[in-house]
Amino acid sequence: MAETTVQAEHGHSAATGQAGRGELAHHFSSIERQSEALKLGMWLFLSTEILLFAGLFCGYSVYRFEFPLAFQEASRHINLTLGTINTVVLITSSFTVALAIHFVKIDKQKLAVFCLALTILMALGFLGIKSVEYLEKFREGAYPGKYYRFEEVRIPGAAMYFTLYFLMTGLHALHIIIGMTVLAILAVKTWRGAYGSDYYTGLEMGGLYWHLVDLIWIFLYPLLYLI
Amino acid sequence: MRRLQDVEAPPVLAPAPRPVSYLMDGTTVMSWLNTRDHKRVGVMFLASVLVFFFLGGIFALLIRMKLLLPGPFLFDALTYNRLFTLHGVIMIFFFMIPAIPAAFGNFVLPLMLGARDVAFPRLNLASFYVYLLGAALALWGMVHGGADTGWTLYTPYSSTTPTQVLPILLGIFVVGFSSIMTGINFIVTVHTLRAPGITWMRMPLFVWSIYATSIIQVLATPVLGITVLIVAVERVGGFGIFDPARGGDPVLFQHMFWFYSHPAVYIMVLPAMGIISETVCAFSRKNTFGYRAIAFSSLGIALVGFLGWGHHMFVSGQSTYNNGVFGALSMVIGVFTAIKVFNWIGTMFRGAISFTTPFAYICGFLFFIVFGGMTGIALATVGLDVHWHDTYFIVAHFHFVMVGAVIMAFLAGLHYWFPKMFGRKYSEGWGLVAAALIILGFNATFIPQFLLGNQGMPRRYYQYPAQYQALNVASTTGATLLAFGFVIIFIYLAIALIWGKPCEDNPWGSKGFEWLTASPPPTSNFEGTPVYTQAPHDYRSHEPSGVYRG
Repeated sequence: MAETTVQAEHGHSAATGQAGRGELAHHFSSIERQSEALKLGMWLFLSTEILLFAGLFCGYSVYRFEFPLAFQEASRHINLTLGTINTVVLITSSFTVALAIHFVKIDKQKLAVFCLALTILMALGFLGIKSVEYLEKFREGAYPGKYYRFEEVRIPGAAMYFTLYFLMTGLHALHIIIGMTVLAILAVKTWRGAYGSDYYTGLEMGGLYWHLVDLIWIFLYPLLYLI
Repeated sequence: MRRLQDVEAPPVLAPAPRPVSYLMDGTTVMSWLNTRDHKRVGVMFLASVLVFFFLGGIFALLIRMKLLLPGPFLFDALTYNRLFTLHGVIMIFFFMIPAIPAAFGNFVLPLMLGARDVAFPRLNLASFYVYLLGAALALWGMVHGGADTGWTLYTPYSSTTPTQVLPILLGIFVVGFSSIMTGINFIVTVHTLRAPGITWMRMPLFVWSIYATSIIQVLATPVLGITVLIVAVERVGGFGIFDPARGGDPVLFQHMFWFYSHPAVYIMVLPAMGIISETVCAFSRKNTFGYRAIAFSSLGIALVGFLGWGHHMFVSGQSTYNNGVFGALSMVIGVFTAIKVFNWIGTMFRGAISFTTPFAYICGFLFFIVFGGMTGIALATVGLDVHWHDTYFIVAHFHFVMVGAVIMAFLAGLHYWFPKMFGRKYSEGWGLVAAALIILGFNATFIPQFLLGNQGMPRRYYQYPAQYQALNVASTTGATLLAFGFVIIFIYLAIALIWGKPCEDNPWGSKGFEWLTASPPPTSNFEGTPVYTQAPHDYRSHEPSGVYRG
């Protein structure tokens, strides 16, 4: 969303000796100022994302406190192996995004695009593994809320665990899909030479978003799988 | 007396051609709908919020008409429930929250900072369309029957009632994004686009208040987003997070809802305070008394405003300890507000006051914020709140501080910036008549409701015992006066907009930073880069507050 605003408005643009990268919008005094504005905007946006998830984390804490046994028992019935593999996949994908930014900084756009493509592949892998997990749960009848009919865990509160499990991982998966789309657009732009050592704000912000999605998972994983 | 135009004009040099105003720079519909200009986005927001104000006002009048009689009258109980729900949803989410920040904030904030636009003009236009999308969803729900939950959407009723809650929830969810976009845009604009000479301690106070508001918008709105989203999936999929029948906790909903909705009242009132800070200087012709105190109390309200949400749940089964802490924190906000009120009065003291329409609204504002604020302090004491909870007392308190104070400031801003926005002057005489009518009407509407609440009449009830009728009739009479006042404003502003005489660039002689440029301003806002050499509203010097460079 934010990176599209990099492009100039009103046609007043004048890239001040920036080799055509990162056009300056008419209302900013310099490209540095503009990048600073974009980064601040991005960080603010990320804070809204954290607060969006905070609502669910708050709900999790309340119900974990209310149904400690059910949560313990239910969390033993989700696939720890797949969850762990997914964690590794996602952390690696954060590394490849960081690499992509590194390569753009030293003007190796092709390598950067390769790293971004790897990231998107890993994101797809993450979603694939996640859907295997979901299907497994659906087969067992561990649906959220009133549809819950999982025979192995019948303690009160178990349904709440699975409701939260699906809500939190579902919202996270939605963010993965958005992040993938953003990274795909950025990969195309990098391929076309929109970013280089002199200007890479858009890519940096896409990377920030991806790291945040990763970071949220790092909290989801222990809460839902480990404890 | 001979009029000015009768005198033969002395031969003068042709004046420098005025720059093309933003209103004339492209007159096609598309040039508005596809604009990146913060001023045009502001005007479009102003028009939209006024439409919703009208709609919400109609609902309010219908409710008041029904309450003329104690028994069934005009429409049935379900319709009544739908009307007060829609009144609340429309007025809060589609009028009051965007009214001052998105309409006036968009228009004057860049002008006050000497900037050419907000930091992200496209995001700004997007925020307008997202607002329209949210509004469309809510309107769709209204047309298909509306919701009957009250604007607070308490679970489990809101997740089980057969009325159209879902589109209303989605509308609120979507319009929240618009609010977030505006907030991010303003924070970044304040940080990165201040013109030379505008240090943090020289920013106009309206900018400070919008800055504090934006922080709340960014940090609180996502929590409402996730809350209404959970209620939505609960309705669709029976998830039961807030449903006690499935082990859920409805009080958790209340906590999450008020975590947004309590700070949200500061999203509404802080920009209002900002308008008062500006106009009180302009019409007292005096510099701000206690600039730092006003600026920092805005930030103080933004901060402490996040910590008071629990005072909505004194009777929801919260612990006594919680109640005490939330009550005390709520009173702290009163301290910050009082600091502001003293400073505004200090600004007026020994000023050269011109009693114009905006000044009449300033007086109205001060009355409502002090009176409404005092009832707020009373409500923050737990024992009294138990008596007044869910009665008309709370309705009257809320309307005094929100409708009274916020509308007063909104109207003060509308009249103060009307020449800035459209380059025309309205009729001052009619302005004062309408102001008198509105201030009188407000008091007549809501003072009886304070009394009704204290006597124990619960809010949101379709029927009531006959002993409450006299005060209800008084309240309805007041509401009618109020409606007349708004009709007068609408008529004379419409006349001024179409036939009004063009006015000079600074008809008020104000030294607010936004008046440095032409009225209406050109699309690029300034003829060159403005450099501000004075603090805002420094009336000791007769020089303009800034000069142009380049």
